[in-house]
Amino acid sequence: MPELTDRALDTAVQRGATFADVRQTRRADESIAIKSGRVEGVTFGDSEGFGVRVLVDGAWGFAASNRLTAAEADRVAAEAVRIARASATALRHRVELDSRPPAHGTYRTPVVEDPFALSVERKVGDLLAADEAMRRVPGIGFTEVRYDAQREWKTYAANDGSLVEQEISHVGAVIEANAVQGDDIQRRSYPDSAAAGGYEWVRDLDLAGNGERVASQAMALLAAPQCPPMRTTVILHPSQLYMQVHESCGHPCELDRVFGTEASYAGTSFLTPDGLGTFRYGSELIDIVADATVPGGLGTFGWDDEGVAAQRVPLIEAGRHVGYLTSRETAPRIGAQSGGAMRADGWNRIPLIRMTNINLLPRPGMSFDDIVADTDEGLLLATNRSWSIDDRRLNFQFATEMGWQVKGGKIGQLYKNPTYTGITYEFWGSCDAVADERSYTLFGTPNCGKGEPGQIGHVGHGASGARFRDVQVGVGKW
Amino acid sequence: MLSERDPDGLELAERVLRHAEALGATQAEVLVDEAESRLTRFANSEIHQNVAESNTMVNLRFVDERRVGCASTNRTDDEALRRLAESAARIARFMPEADEAVHLPGPAPIAYVHGAAAPATADATPEFRAAAAREVIAAADAAGVQAYGSFTTDLERVALANSLGVRAQEARTWSQLLTVAMGSAGEAGYAEAAAVDCTAIDVAAVGREAADKARSARAPVSVPPGDYPVVLEPYAVVDLLDMLGYLGFSALAVQEGRSFFEPGKVIGSPLVTIVDDAEDLAGAPISFDYEGTPKRRVPLVEAGVCREAVYDAQTAARAGRESTGHGLPAPNPYGPFPLNMIMSAGTASREELIGGLERGLLVTRFHYTNPVHPKLVIVTGMTRDGTFLVEHGRIVGPVRNLRFTQSYLDALAGVQAVGRERRLLRGFLGASLVPALRIGAFTFTGATEH
Repeated sequence: MPELTDRALDTAVQRGATFADVRQTRRADESIAIKSGRVEGVTFGDSEGFGVRVLVDGAWGFAASNRLTAAEADRVAAEAVRIARASATALRHRVELDSRPPAHGTYRTPVVEDPFALSVERKVGDLLAADEAMRRVPGIGFTEVRYDAQREWKTYAANDGSLVEQEISHVGAVIEANAVQGDDIQRRSYPDSAAAGGYEWVRDLDLAGNGERVASQAMALLAAPQCPPMRTTVILHPSQLYMQVHESCGHPCELDRVFGTEASYAGTSFLTPDGLGTFRYGSELIDIVADATVPGGLGTFGWDDEGVAAQRVPLIEAGRHVGYLTSRETAPRIGAQSGGAMRADGWNRIPLIRMTNINLLPRPGMSFDDIVADTDEGLLLATNRSWSIDDRRLNFQFATEMGWQVKGGKIGQLYKNPTYTGITYEFWGSCDAVADERSYTLFGTPNCGKGEPGQIGHVGHGASGARFRDVQVGVGKW
Repeated sequence: MLSERDPDGLELAERVLRHAEALGATQAEVLVDEAESRLTRFANSEIHQNVAESNTMVNLRFVDERRVGCASTNRTDDEALRRLAESAARIARFMPEADEAVHLPGPAPIAYVHGAAAPATADATPEFRAAAAREVIAAADAAGVQAYGSFTTDLERVALANSLGVRAQEARTWSQLLTVAMGSAGEAGYAEAAAVDCTAIDVAAVGREAADKARSARAPVSVPPGDYPVVLEPYAVVDLLDMLGYLGFSALAVQEGRSFFEPGKVIGSPLVTIVDDAEDLAGAPISFDYEGTPKRRVPLVEAGVCREAVYDAQTAARAGRESTGHGLPAPNPYGPFPLNMIMSAGTASREELIGGLERGLLVTRFHYTNPVHPKLVIVTGMTRDGTFLVEHGRIVGPVRNLRFTQSYLDALAGVQAVGRERRLLRGFLGASLVPALRIGAFTFTGATEH
């Protein structure tokens, strides 16, 4: 690998690059899809290539290729320089990078049971067992089981002498039962998550052991009444709270978005730098960190794709906005060093600021069950079903699979199609309870879209559950 | 360049087929997708990202009686191609036998469309894209706003071969310029143009449209959520078609009972006609799908009535009919999708559409839409980049953005007028040709601060 990366770096510098880095990546992925007892697809993918990123005259250029030859390294490096020169014809501010020390080292995701070494037969067998458990429940319309494993071998090299090698392994799985009746369809899934690690994570999910519960709940949803519109107290289970964190804290804390570089696609952010350190984001119970060092997270690594070491960065402290997800280019603009949040979706994409593991920290005091027992009237909402938020990350609306009435501290009536909506800082400001570590769960979101051309990011979120007051639920006409 | 850079895609596919047959495949299908993708992105009126990519993906579907294994690689040397076949064969051998037979399509004559690719797009340079970005930025400068956006020029060479004799190969190009113009107070306007031939895009016009809209969006006022009649610009209408296509027009969704779609069912006003037509040169024409089946024009909705869903080989076999040429690369648990939707134009000018609103909203574009209930096609999302109050048929002024929670089926049923101009736009489900619409009622359920 170093031969190719050295060659590309040398050519880029000879052609005029003042900064150059190269990422050579091989990605192996395996996916299994089962639908209603039928194996719909098993696929193994292998993709390899390299991408050269350069600064010329203060402007960016990037080119990438799947052909791993010296001649191609020269061609791609030269193309990146040419592209950067074209960028420089429409430049108003020269790019300045922070001065991180050259990066050296290796990192490997700890894996107990290598998912790629296990036979396909074994994995398909486990997944079919889960599917069968769901289909044993009478009345289920159709079922789905999906499993994915991905491993990346990444070499990062830069013309400052950096050389980092990493092996990152991720796995994910979900079982899903769908109950259908007339115009209605109700889905219940578990856990729709992913993690850094090996097949041991999938085994620990006990998918087959959860099949009957999931399918029975889907059937119960068909018979449940529609969630009524009202303002009420909402208790978010960790399986929904993680998505609330993702959309309303993770994305608005991306500093490239704050500076407008995603404005034409995903939008900008209400968390502007003038409020850094003072803006009241939520109640004093809210502490959120971006932690790329936590074991098992989809946002866990040794170095980001700019060669910046993994870090734990506070974003919200006691309800105040105190930090951002940053890069070498954006951090100096707020007087900081990169927090190491740049990641690329493979060899053929530039790194962008991505969430690492954005975790709402648990608070000692009340367990999740204590919070339910402490609630006179409200709704308990679990498992995300759909999500939407405006282009500054203020007005959000989520739907969950499950919604239970809470009355007198007890869980009661099940509602279908529950939704809730609000304005981000008002909603977080209404939080009056965060559960302790007993229900704290690290979720994985392997489908976070960003950038043009599109990139899919793997990010993590820790959450224990929380309570929010005076929230609008039951949105829309049903 | 339109001339191939790697060995001919069909020749690559044939080599993989031979490897698969040597390993005992009873059927096999090979898709070779060679891509040269280029994109120049700008923000704050300067180019900030500028990328190019060359890649070749080889995808094999290996069939062993009723068992299937799929594998893909972007290595094209013979050793890698042999490993690819071995991977797919190994997967297939481990599979439990399926209840139903595997159906690869047989050969059918392909009437190749003229106009799937344009040399100018295939050969577009970074200097060409940068010049376009400068032109958009100049339009923003002239209006006192800043430009954000991207300019894409893509070349894709698709080759398909299967063991039943299917052989298909085609070069396709795509170009798209989009821009958000934004002022210092956050007022914003959007414009977009797309074409097979990038030189057909009127760059200056796109820049002016977005900048003018941003300027007219200054100092928005709040309007309360509620039901409003609306005029949806084509940039918003494309989302309606995408959601309907994603959730309902696929034969797999119909077969699984999760679609609203039933032939003969009335879902729209008589003004609504939607076809999937990959041969229409006003769209983004292509000749065959990712199974090598010729594309067929499919009437999805005619005068408000559901007519026909789209099929790939497997869903067609289940239904005892022919594929309509809407297969995606294998393995595909999501089913076939319409990727070339076209909504019939109406007779109304933009002014007439707006003129028909006694009190309503003009919506430029939707943002971050997501289904709340898939079978009822209840969708939530936000407006963005230009939302205006209309009273007595005239635009009164800009309003702050609103959240809607709305059944797109009810929206189709409420179409009162259809624009006579259409735009070719890229949604999340392919390239669609869409007009503006006036809809009698649209339910807005929330508001935001800008």
